[in-house]
Amino acid sequence: MRKLLYMLPLAAFMVLAGYFAVALRPSYDPQALPSALIDKPMPAFDLPPLGAGAAVSSASLRGQVVVVNFFASWCVPCRIEHPVLMRLANQEKIAITGIAYKDTPDDAKKLLDDAGDPYRRVGLDLSGRTGIDFGVYGVPETYVIDKTGRIRKKFVGPLSPEAVNKELLPLLHQLGRP
Amino acid sequence: MIRALFLLLLLVPGLAGAVEPSERLADPALEARARALSQTLRCLVCQNESIDESDASLAHDIRMLLRERLRAGDSDVAARQFIVARYGDFVLLKPPLEPATLVLWFAPALVLLAGGFGVVLYLRRRPQQAESPLTEAERERLARILKETDA
Repeated sequence: MRKLLYMLPLAAFMVLAGYFAVALRPSYDPQALPSALIDKPMPAFDLPPLGAGAAVSSASLRGQVVVVNFFASWCVPCRIEHPVLMRLANQEKIAITGIAYKDTPDDAKKLLDDAGDPYRRVGLDLSGRTGIDFGVYGVPETYVIDKTGRIRKKFVGPLSPEAVNKELLPLLHQLGRP
Repeated sequence: MIRALFLLLLLVPGLAGAVEPSERLADPALEARARALSQTLRCLVCQNESIDESDASLAHDIRMLLRERLRAGDSDVAARQFIVARYGDFVLLKPPLEPATLVLWFAPALVLLAGGFGVVLYLRRRPQQAESPLTEAERERLARILKETDA
């Protein structure tokens, strides 16, 4: 009994160390939320396009595997993510639909002119309502939508090359890429 | 007088939310419902503030959305569900009671019970010292000490 008591601090330490090992691993973001919309149909939206062309709507994305990326010119982490998106578009030939979240058309256009445009099409979510419908709580966020129009995965924050290689590309492959 | 006024002033920040005058609804009853509702919803940017307290732009948007729903005739439950459908149960500052949250709700009570049980066990097991009366020698010594302190 006494001996067991002496083991108590060690046991407490092991439990604490276990928590730290789980919670402090580099890939863990305690603020990241799972999407409430996983496996639910993508919210309906109908947004004016950036530049000329047809409206960017949920209906127009039906029947294909889609990567939807919420971004904004005022968003600093989006700049970190930008080269990753460029690689996805140019090397992996992934069709990314961009949604400029609470941005002005001029600023969004300037960003894409300056840094390069990884998007097949860009819709303007001026009010941020489409963002709320998707459950966006901070740009950038990236959603993968399957051919039946269901949300299959949500990435919060800038896409890292690691997340692209280990999660995004395998998932797209599995869904039968766009 | 001035001090009383000053103290009263200190209470003011406690009453204030981040709700801006331009956000308020004209109907005071509806506005009161919106305020009460928004105090139960988490701001997803600041995460430990309600959208009523948060100055984040997303909190502003959700406040406006909530008011829009209420004005359209939604009940409190329906308006809240509208937000929960988009952001999940995490937006509720008070988590719902359901199988997944049973541990969250009842673990504190269980820990308290376990602790209380431990205390009871400890007190019971502790050898109770019987009080024995002082011996003759002790009584004499005590009398001596008392006399000394008196002197």
